[in-house]
Formats: sequence, structure tokens, C-alpha cells
Amino acid sequence: MGDQQTFYEAMREHGITRRSFLKFCSLTAAGLGMGPEFAGKIAHALETKPRTPVIWLHGLECTCCSESFIRSGHPLAADVILSMISLDYDDTLMAAAGYQAEEILEQTVQKYDGNFILACEGNPPLNEDGMYCIQGGKPYIEKLRYMASHCKAIIAWGSCASWGCVQAARPNPTRATPIHKVIHDKPIVKVPGCPPIAEVMTGVITYMVAFGELPELDRQGRPKMFYSQRLHDKCYRRPHFDAGQFVERFDDEGARKGYCLYKVGCKGPTTHNACSTVEWNGGLSWPVKSGHGCLGCAEDNFWDRGSFYSAVTNLGVTGGVEATADDIGEVLAGAAAIGVAAHAAASVVSHMKDGSKGDSSHD
Amino acid sequence: MNSTAAAPHDPASREPVYVFEVPVRVWHWLHTFSFLALAVSGYLIANPLPSIGGEASDHFLMGNIRLVHFIAAYVFAIGFAVRIYWALVGNRYARELFILPIWRGDWWCGLLHEIRFYLFLSKDTPVSLGHNPLAQVAMFLFNVLGTLFMIGTGFALYGQALGIGSWADRLFGWIIPLIGSEALVRNWHIMGMWLMLVFVIIHIYMAVRADIMGRTSSVSTIIGGWRLFRNGRR
Ligand code: HEM
Ligand code: SF4
Ligand code: SF4
Repeated sequence: MGDQQTFYEAMREHGITRRSFLKFCSLTAAGLGMGPEFAGKIAHALETKPRTPVIWLHGLECTCCSESFIRSGHPLAADVILSMISLDYDDTLMAAAGYQAEEILEQTVQKYDGNFILACEGNPPLNEDGMYCIQGGKPYIEKLRYMASHCKAIIAWGSCASWGCVQAARPNPTRATPIHKVIHDKPIVKVPGCPPIAEVMTGVITYMVAFGELPELDRQGRPKMFYSQRLHDKCYRRPHFDAGQFVERFDDEGARKGYCLYKVGCKGPTTHNACSTVEWNGGLSWPVKSGHGCLGCAEDNFWDRGSFYSAVTNLGVTGGVEATADDIGEVLAGAAAIGVAAHAAASVVSHMKDGSKGDSSHD
Repeated sequence: MNSTAAAPHDPASREPVYVFEVPVRVWHWLHTFSFLALAVSGYLIANPLPSIGGEASDHFLMGNIRLVHFIAAYVFAIGFAVRIYWALVGNRYARELFILPIWRGDWWCGLLHEIRFYLFLSKDTPVSLGHNPLAQVAMFLFNVLGTLFMIGTGFALYGQALGIGSWADRLFGWIIPLIGSEALVRNWHIMGMWLMLVFVIIHIYMAVRADIMGRTSSVSTIIGGWRLFRNGRR
């Protein structure tokens, strides 16, 4: 491979026409929510910048992020992106296998030390010295640490890499741990979701390789352009929420009329993702549009919050017992009321006893 | 800063004392009613009323419930800020809510006595000019910290609705990653409501009880400001 090959050259080599390339640039600019003038900027960057290699690692995961990624809505985007980042290493997608594959990692480290992007799907389990995830005879955590120490920046794909996800659910027997809790010295972009939306993934990675910098992140490390709003803020059923029109059961009149799904557990009000704007499968639909509430899959701990079908969820403090704040609160308030009533009764009794002895008390 | 120990007024003299100044009394009732509005509207946000029919454009029920919540939230928060200011400039009793004099031995004795009294272990009715030590502890934990917690978590959630970068997000948004996630913040916001409600139940009982059975006025004090003393236990 030519060392100083640009993205554009790499794409042409993969048979992408200039026309497709320019279309892709406009598409990406639009996807990132930038003005039309940015299409030119992206094109220029891709034409002049040397290609940034992307190493894609897989830890404990279900591979849904990869599945989502390769189904990027616009076939063009998928093609272009795959050739663009050409995924120098991705154990799931690449042709190479075995020693040959592992060699690529070493080559990348030598050639592009400090210059490649490490895309992590899944997370490392830490218990038993990482023995729950072995790759090429070594614990995954070692591979992750090694590659991370040489990369430029990390993308944490999906809720596994960002938060832990279902393999980290209580009691988390393997101690599956999100990337930011094991790698502390590299910039990390979290792209949560189970899986993240394909257009969000391609948008983030294009931004990073084209501009050579991280997108603007929120407090929890997620790109603001896709994660700054809750689904609820842009949901097309929101007018029904504000009106007080809810689906009470999945087979009721409200469900047929497309009312808000809050009462049957929609987590849209607390979930930061782009589902209600970008939607899924090339803008075809998204859960709420198909009549089911959001599970909150892009949020930390969504897997341990109890029912997907109730609005008030688990507190997460009661260990094995599933209890919501309302359950605990009602018990506490009830206990306080009973306690007060009992104390009042006892006071009256004690007072009457004193009274019958004649009011003798002074101090 | 003065401590409440060296009260210039001897309870035994049984002259009425002016305890709660006007701002404290006004705040008490603003705080009470905004809390009630917040608790009712908040409960209805977590557990909405039965669905209504018709056109969405004809109704704004949930929107109005949220509006009530947010207006009451402003009253609650700004009132509390003014109350903190009054603790600085008001009389000695205005500070009792915020400062537990844990460095004073007689305060601990008072606390112990108070607990024994309410467990019916002691017949001696305690007398306090301001708050009694037990009430003070409960008020500090549930009301002062509770109020701060509700304001913090509430405005953090509010910042998410206003949008990233809004004033509420910049001032309070850090609370969300601190607690974990927005869903968890909402859960704790609800838990905070229940804890404060438990306090309210006990607080009202104690106040009414003190009025009926104690030797000092209490309900009338927070209305009129004067602490009255009665002879003996009745
Ligand atoms: C003691 C005072 C308060 C009580 C008892 C209270 C109670 C509640 C309850 C029970 C909920 C429902 C939570 C859920 O469904 O997940 C809620 C939601 C909320 N509260 Fe409060 N709250 C209080 C103070 C505040 C304050 C000071 C603010 C500041 C603005 C605030 C802002 C909010 C917001 C933004 C929500 C989310 C509602 C939505 O966006 O639909 N709360 N509150
Ligand atoms: S369906 Fe969900 S996201 Fe949409 S308005 Fe209702 S609660 Fe919000
Ligand atoms: S709607 Fe909710 S659960 Fe579904 S993909 Fe989007 S964030 Fe995840």
C-alpha cells in the first residue's frame, strides 16, 4: 500500500467514481447537520489528507454494531466508508485470518504509531485476568491495552463499549467493563446504542478521519450532533404526550390511534439518541413509529432498570429485589402515617393516665 | 455568628418571644404550597392520569401539569434562595434551619431528651425557643438537604428539556453523570419526593402535637411569629 495514499485515491482504487465520491460528501455533510458548504470541505479533506487507518477490535459483544454499520442506509455510504477506512483490521469482516491477521496489528502499530483510530466494539471482561474473552491465545484486555497505547483516538461503538450493556448486567460475573474505565489516557468518543444507528456510525467516523479531530462531545463523551437531544424532544407522538393521550395497553384504541407510549414504558424521555430524527434502516422506521416504546438502549444501565414496560423504573439500589422509587416511597409514606397514628394514640393514652392521677405534673 | 445556646430569654419567664420574622413565615408557607404543587404535579408526571380522547390539538393536559411543576419549581427554588439570604441577615432563629450546633454539648443533651420524650421514656416536656434539637435534625436532613437535592436534580432534568448548553444544563447538568444517567436522576428525584413527604407527615404531626400537648405554641408561631409558653404540661 502506498504510504501517502489519500482517502480519495484509496476510494478510486476501490472503484468508487468521482461522482459517487462527491455525492457521498454531500450526504455526509447533511447527515452531520452541517451546511452545504461543508460538502466541499469534506471533499477537500478527503482528497488531500493521507488515509487514516482504522483498526476495529471486538470484545464481549453480539456484533450488532457491525451488523448495523454494514447496513448503512445509503448503499453508497456503506461502500465508500468501507473502502475509505478500508478497515485495515476487523476480525469479523476481513479476509485474513489467524497469524496473518494478527500480524496486521503489529504492522499498523509500527507504521502508524499514534496515527490510527481504534474502533472498539464490545468490551473487555476483567475477572479471572480477562480469561472470559481470549483472542489469538491472549486475553482481549491485553490486546486492547496494547493497541490503545499506540492509537490516536478511540471510538467506543455501541452500549457495550460505552456503558457495559447486557454482559455487564448485575451481578456481572465476568466483570465486563466499558472502555473508558480501562483506558484513561486516550480521547474516547462514545457512540452508544444497541446497536448505534448506521448513519450515526458512518457520520462519526467520517468526521474523525476527514477532519482529523474529535467531534464536539457532551459531558458523557457522546458526539453532540447525534446525542444532544432525547428521543422525546423530537418524537412525532409528542403532541399526544402533551395532550395527555396515552396508550394504556398495546391492544387498546389509543394504540390504534398512535397515542404516546409513555405509560407502556417508552424511555424516550430519558434517552439520548437520534432515532426520532435519523430513524432506522435508511429512515424507514423506528420503534415508536412501529408502535413500541423505546427501551432506552443508548443509555447507561438500561439493562438493569427493570421492566421495559413501565414508566417508573428500577432504582438500582436494592440488589436483587426489583423495586421502583414509587414502591419504596409508598411503603415509607405508609409507614410514616401508621407510625404517626400509633404515636398519637400512645400520646393520648399516656396523657389520660397522667390526667387520671390528677394533673400533678409541673416540670 | 451567634449560637442559639445563649438565648437571652429564659423560657421559665414565660413571656412570649418573637421567633419567626415575616420573611421566614412567608417562606414557610410558600415552601409548603410550592412543595405540594410539585409533589402532586410530579406524581402525575410519573403516573399520568387516564388517557383522554379527541384531537391532540384540543388538549394540553400533560403540558399544563408540567407547566405547573416548573412554575412551582421556580417558586420553590427562588424562595429557598431568599430564605438562605434571610438566614444571614435575620434573627438568630432564622439560622437554626441551616446550622446544626453539633459542637455544643447541651444541644446533644437536648436531642437525647427530645428522643426520650417522644419514646415516652421521659415525662418532662422539653422547651425550646426556636426549633427543638430533634426537629432541627429532621429539618436539616429532609428539608434543607432534601430541598437542595430536589432543586439540583430537578433543574438538571429541566436543563435536558431546555437543551444542551442552556443555563440550567450549564449550572446543573453535571449532576446527571454524577448520579449515572438521566433515568436514574428521575428515579432519585421521585425518591426524594417520597422522603420529603415522609418528613411532611411527621413534621405536621409533631407541630400539632406540640401545640396540643406541649408547653410551647407551635402552629400559631409559624403563623403569627410569637412563641407562647404555657404553665406545666397542659
Ligand atoms: C420537592 C420538590 C419536587 C418534587 C416533589 C418533584 C417531583 C417530581 C416527580 C415525582 C417527577 C416525575 C419523575 C418521573 O416521572 O420520572 C418530577 C419530574 C420532573 N421534575 Fe420535579 N419535583 C420537585 C422539584 C423540582 C424542581 C425544583 C425542578 C426544577 C425545575 C423540577 C423539575 C422536574 C423535571 C424537569 C421533571 C421531568 C418532567 C418532564 O420533563 O416531563 N422538579 N418531579
Ligand atoms: S412515544 Fe415515547 S418518545 Fe414519543 S412522546 Fe411518547 S414518551 Fe416521548
Ligand atoms: S428507540 Fe430507544 S431502544 Fe430503540 S434503538 Fe432507539 S434508543 Fe435504542
